[in-house]
Amino acid sequence: MLKEAKLALEDGTILKGEGFGFETIKTGEVVFATGMTGYVESLTDPSYKGQILMSTYPLQGNYGISRDWFQSDGIKAEGFVVREQNKYPSHRLSKENLPDFLEEYQIPGISGIDTRYLTLKIRRHGAMKGAISTEEIEDAELLKLINEQENIEDIDLVGTVAVRKPKIIGEELKHRAAILDCGIKKNSIDSLLKRGIGVVVLPYNTGYKEILEYDPEALLVSSGPGNPTRVTEAAKTVKNLSHKLPISGICLGHQIISLAFGAKINKMKFGHRGINQPVKDLITGKVTITSQNHGFTVDADSCKDLPIKINQVNLNDGTPEGIEHEELPISSVQYHPEAGPGPNDSDNYFDNFLKVLKEY
Amino acid sequence: MPRDKDIKKVLIIGSGPIQIGQAAEFDYSGSQACKSLMDEGIETVLVNSNPATIQTDVDMADTVYVEPLTPEIVAKIIEKEKPDAILPTMGGQTGLNVATGLEKIGALEGIRVIGSTIQTIRNVEDRNLFGNFMMELDEPIPHCRAVTSIEESIEAVAEIGYPVIVRPAFTLGGTGGGVAYNEKELIEVATRGIDMSFINQVLIDESVIGWKEFEYEVMRDKNDTCIIVCNMENMDPMGIHTGESVVVAPSQTLSDVDNQRLRNASIKIIRALHIQGGCNIQFAFNAETGEYKVIEVNPRVSRSSALASKATGYPIAKISAKISVGMTLDEIQNDITKETPASFEPSLDYVVAKIPRWPFDKFKGVKRKIGVQMQSTGEVMAIGRTIEESLHKAIRSLDIGKYGFVEVPYTDDLLKNATDERIFHLYTALKSGREINEIHDITQIDKFFLYKIQSIINFEDYLNSLSPEEILKHDNLLKAKRMGFSDAILSQITGYKEKYIRDHRRETGIIPTYKMVDTCAAEFEAKTPYYYGTYEGEDEVAVSNNKKVVIIGAGPIRIGQGIEFDYCCVHASLALKDEGIETIIINNNPETVSTDYDISNKLYFEPLTLEDVMSIMDKEKPDGVVVQFGGQTSINLAVPLAEEGIQILGTAHESIDRVEDRERFTEVLDLLEIPQAEYGIAYSFEDARLVAKRIGFPVLVRPSYVLGGRAMEIVYDDTKLKEYMKEAVKISPKHPILVDKFLEDAIEIDVDALSDGEEVFIGGIMEHIEEAGVHSGDSACVIPPQSLSKDVLKTIKGYTTKLALELQVIGLMNIQYAVKDDKVYIIEANPRASRTVPFVSKAVGVPLAKIAAKLMVGYKLKDMGLRDEIKINHVAVKESIFPFIKLPKADSILGPEMKSTGESMGIDENFGISYYKALLSAGMELPKKGRLFISVRDSDKNSIRDIVEIAENLGFELVATEGTANAVEEYVNIATIGKVSQPSPNIKDAVVNGEIDLIINTPSGKQSADDGFYIRRMAVELGIPYVTTLAGARAVLNAIEHVKEGDIEVKSLNEYHDLL
Repeated sequence: MLKEAKLALEDGTILKGEGFGFETIKTGEVVFATGMTGYVESLTDPSYKGQILMSTYPLQGNYGISRDWFQSDGIKAEGFVVREQNKYPSHRLSKENLPDFLEEYQIPGISGIDTRYLTLKIRRHGAMKGAISTEEIEDAELLKLINEQENIEDIDLVGTVAVRKPKIIGEELKHRAAILDCGIKKNSIDSLLKRGIGVVVLPYNTGYKEILEYDPEALLVSSGPGNPTRVTEAAKTVKNLSHKLPISGICLGHQIISLAFGAKINKMKFGHRGINQPVKDLITGKVTITSQNHGFTVDADSCKDLPIKINQVNLNDGTPEGIEHEELPISSVQYHPEAGPGPNDSDNYFDNFLKVLKEY
Repeated sequence: MPRDKDIKKVLIIGSGPIQIGQAAEFDYSGSQACKSLMDEGIETVLVNSNPATIQTDVDMADTVYVEPLTPEIVAKIIEKEKPDAILPTMGGQTGLNVATGLEKIGALEGIRVIGSTIQTIRNVEDRNLFGNFMMELDEPIPHCRAVTSIEESIEAVAEIGYPVIVRPAFTLGGTGGGVAYNEKELIEVATRGIDMSFINQVLIDESVIGWKEFEYEVMRDKNDTCIIVCNMENMDPMGIHTGESVVVAPSQTLSDVDNQRLRNASIKIIRALHIQGGCNIQFAFNAETGEYKVIEVNPRVSRSSALASKATGYPIAKISAKISVGMTLDEIQNDITKETPASFEPSLDYVVAKIPRWPFDKFKGVKRKIGVQMQSTGEVMAIGRTIEESLHKAIRSLDIGKYGFVEVPYTDDLLKNATDERIFHLYTALKSGREINEIHDITQIDKFFLYKIQSIINFEDYLNSLSPEEILKHDNLLKAKRMGFSDAILSQITGYKEKYIRDHRRETGIIPTYKMVDTCAAEFEAKTPYYYGTYEGEDEVAVSNNKKVVIIGAGPIRIGQGIEFDYCCVHASLALKDEGIETIIINNNPETVSTDYDISNKLYFEPLTLEDVMSIMDKEKPDGVVVQFGGQTSINLAVPLAEEGIQILGTAHESIDRVEDRERFTEVLDLLEIPQAEYGIAYSFEDARLVAKRIGFPVLVRPSYVLGGRAMEIVYDDTKLKEYMKEAVKISPKHPILVDKFLEDAIEIDVDALSDGEEVFIGGIMEHIEEAGVHSGDSACVIPPQSLSKDVLKTIKGYTTKLALELQVIGLMNIQYAVKDDKVYIIEANPRASRTVPFVSKAVGVPLAKIAAKLMVGYKLKDMGLRDEIKINHVAVKESIFPFIKLPKADSILGPEMKSTGESMGIDENFGISYYKALLSAGMELPKKGRLFISVRDSDKNSIRDIVEIAENLGFELVATEGTANAVEEYVNIATIGKVSQPSPNIKDAVVNGEIDLIINTPSGKQSADDGFYIRRMAVELGIPYVTTLAGARAVLNAIEHVKEGDIEVKSLNEYHDLL
């Protein structure tokens, strides 16, 4: 197990560590997440597609792996960078350990890394392209692989994680919502089902007419990976449905909705990835701790003359965290009210979804 | 939303003396609250009876009262100061008790209670209200019922279900409880418990023993914004008090889903309780089922919140104070980043480990067993990047002569019934090849932690398979250091000298890197220089070229080394900062003010071993190091640091050696013609016997180099001497034993003085209330002296001055004298800060420690305008606080072995009232009338006539055991009562029935299982005022006489100092 592994960054940094999980080489954008729990949820979150995930908390794998915590059908991140991985987990629900889990999904892991050093580097320079190798490879060759890799903003990632064909869940339930799937998390679906809302999960590029054929009472544009401007068809769909259905969006979905109404999108320096982000509701003045995972953000200035208004902001850096349409029942949030990982404090977003759905 | 403008003046309630379960953390929280409120322009009034606190410094609050923390006294302060609000949540349980007491006596009319309301306090304090409250919230708690018969017990269990814990209410030493798994056991345990309880009551608790224990530190503001500052996991499962547990932060074995469930419950509870500020919630968690129960809610800051603050960098008390005056989390800045708001949740990128420090070495006959009762006096915290590293660092920080995991004898019983050595028992068991599963079954400790200890053992085994040269190879050595192994342990493994390993590491670049505690896992830039050491790739510390001084802290609070030393370190840092010198504090105690990141320019949260300190020296290259203030912990580093070429500031370590080496000290005394009691040095029992024969019994025996009077004893004959030698030699085989002539019935004097090498300033001369022979740290004392003649005082001043100048003391010095028949003998001298420094500073209004620090960097006493001793017109008394109630089977007699955990101060116009106040603060409310029971040893029987006469004149009804009554019946009316060992009705019945109001009992000998022990123990358990020395009895009667005459007044320290 203790094979030497390497982590390389586009600026030429090469860090050596111990490999775990699958023997392979993977490239991706290296990002850090600050949550101290939730590695299973994060690794299986489709939003991490195209990214090498690094945990700032040094001990990973302590409580093992359970499918109950999966947010999709398997690991979606490209690699996992940790200070220490745990082979001997302790938890009643755990079925396997972290290295075996990565092995199963053919994902490389590297441990023994000074993750704080790397985090500081990313904070200063911004998220970088990188590569993990748990195989033998020359440094130069690894760096070459990174250079050949496209920037994350130029990669189409949504298509690789979204459903290919419609899927209905909870048909027997009282209500029905359509989900435009860009890489939805299981918790989002569960949050609707729990409230008596059955869902039709539709591919991200489904046309609006086809969506209406399912006779949904509302539309949710899901979270997902990468750059929202790469999924213009989804934005078009939102625009077309804006007078026909209440629309909500989470994370990437929020960005897509904002795009649909003309907002600009910016790539952030290193994004927000953690479960401790304070968001203030500008209307009520309330502050909520939220779970977040995004590298792009809606440009606040670009919303000034648009019908969508920023109604929530991040207290750390002032970036928009939510928008609401001035007239239409359309609102979205940048954070993850469905949690998994992270706090359930903004769970009422789904209560509101149900309320709007019923009222419409 | 800015703060509430109606609140202009706030009274902050402190926590009183340091005791087990309530230590320095409340000085930290109270000080932070004062600063935080003053920053908001609020006038602050602080009351606390503990002089050894930073918060009672007159510049910490606008007005400071050192007065007893009883509702009646605090009510007087309220009447005088007329605050708009009181803040009780910074003063621990004492603060809450005072608040509810104030409400009960109607003293809170028109005054707001901020932080937590009286109703909130009641809802969590009253077991029944708490139960109902949690039931309404639908949050589970373990069921509990109080019963008084077997029938009721069986009924109760029908509701609760087996297994149950049966705890008798009010017993001798909390004994008589047990676990019952079935009705047969229940009947057995409950019968015994009901019988042993003074009030024939037992509590039947649903058992959650063996469940995992977690704590959540929650904050809430008036907008209902809630955050979790930190969650923590106890390594020791339920059944061991959280204060007695090894604790790690953050939680390690909760999945995100588990974590969110406990988080949701925490937020639900704090919201329902409407707490504005910090709150601590403890959960029991069943690892098999995922079920949880709420164990306890503390609607205030706590020891855990201090730990959480230091573990995360998030200052809970400071923020709580701001919230209490109406500010909201989003408008308060995160101090560490200066950019982001306080309304976020800290994220850690390291592992914190806390280990408690226990006082068992101080008490003979006390079981070292740890459990549901808190017994530890202090704790250490260590920060590392892995569990292994943090645990290693925490063990080193304990200052118990262990530098890592070591093998100790263990049995399965010890694994099951944990003691203070539990972590070493676990290690030894695993090291001997026991299976993790097996140890888990016995201890219920999560396997996660056992695997971590196993991983340390595995690595040790690996190292042991290598040759010493191979171990020192880069990769192996680096890996060992990354796991937290100390050079000392590596020295044991390799056989190389520690110094050799250190030098080798320096040469090969295997040195620690220092990382920042920044609240946010590096997500934002941090401005606050708070660091820990680890072996990683990058070091984040910017080293300046400023003039800088390192101040070595005092480590964990223990008996003999209390908060006083932290107080001195803080003063040193503040004073030097004032002079524009960069100050660097190294310490490992999370409770204290010194480890608050804004006390020094840089804070290194590290163990205080030579290795850890030297690594920082190598990095920072300071101009000097201050070792005078951190008690024995820092003094012990003086010589090794000097040998490494580090500049020790203040008194040269050579002078320290001249007083600590008894023979050299004798030379100094002979030179200066200062008398000392006759003595001798013994290397064997035979030596000791000869010395004793020469100087005559009784003799005071002790090992050389001691801390807090450890293993010190007065012996009266050869047999006892032999017994003692057996024990003492065990403690310190390399050091000889000192045998001093014991001066019976002498008055003991303590002097704290300052010297710049040219002049000497006498800070204070303290007269002890108990006679010599009682450890100076345990004795009550008074400034100014009450019974010394002018000549004696002059002699004391003369000796002190001569000695300080001869030893070239730069800074503080403490000298103890004994005065017998007007002759002054020196007992010992310590050229460093003593535990009385804060008391003296507050009594005379001169900040001795601050001045000492300035002297150490070259200032002169005359620069400070200090020459003559300060004359005070008031009287200040220091009384000691003892932990007997928390230590079953500990005898409450005083002797040369220090036993007190803290101190109180009484200040007023005469001795009687000051002493009364000091005792009241120490938890002893003297009766003004009633029945006094007296029973003294034979040798005292001829000396108690004045005592009983005064008592009778004061109106006390006198009762005594036969021998004592016989001795004085011709002078006073005195009734006779049977001894404990005599048939009922006897003194035991009288005490239990509440018929005795004051007890005077002097111990008859060493055996503790006698009648006297039983009476003293009952007094401790039932809270009846008692005195165990005749000098103490006289002082107590003096105090009663004075308070009988009139009302007690309150006066602020500022007012006293203004008169000087």
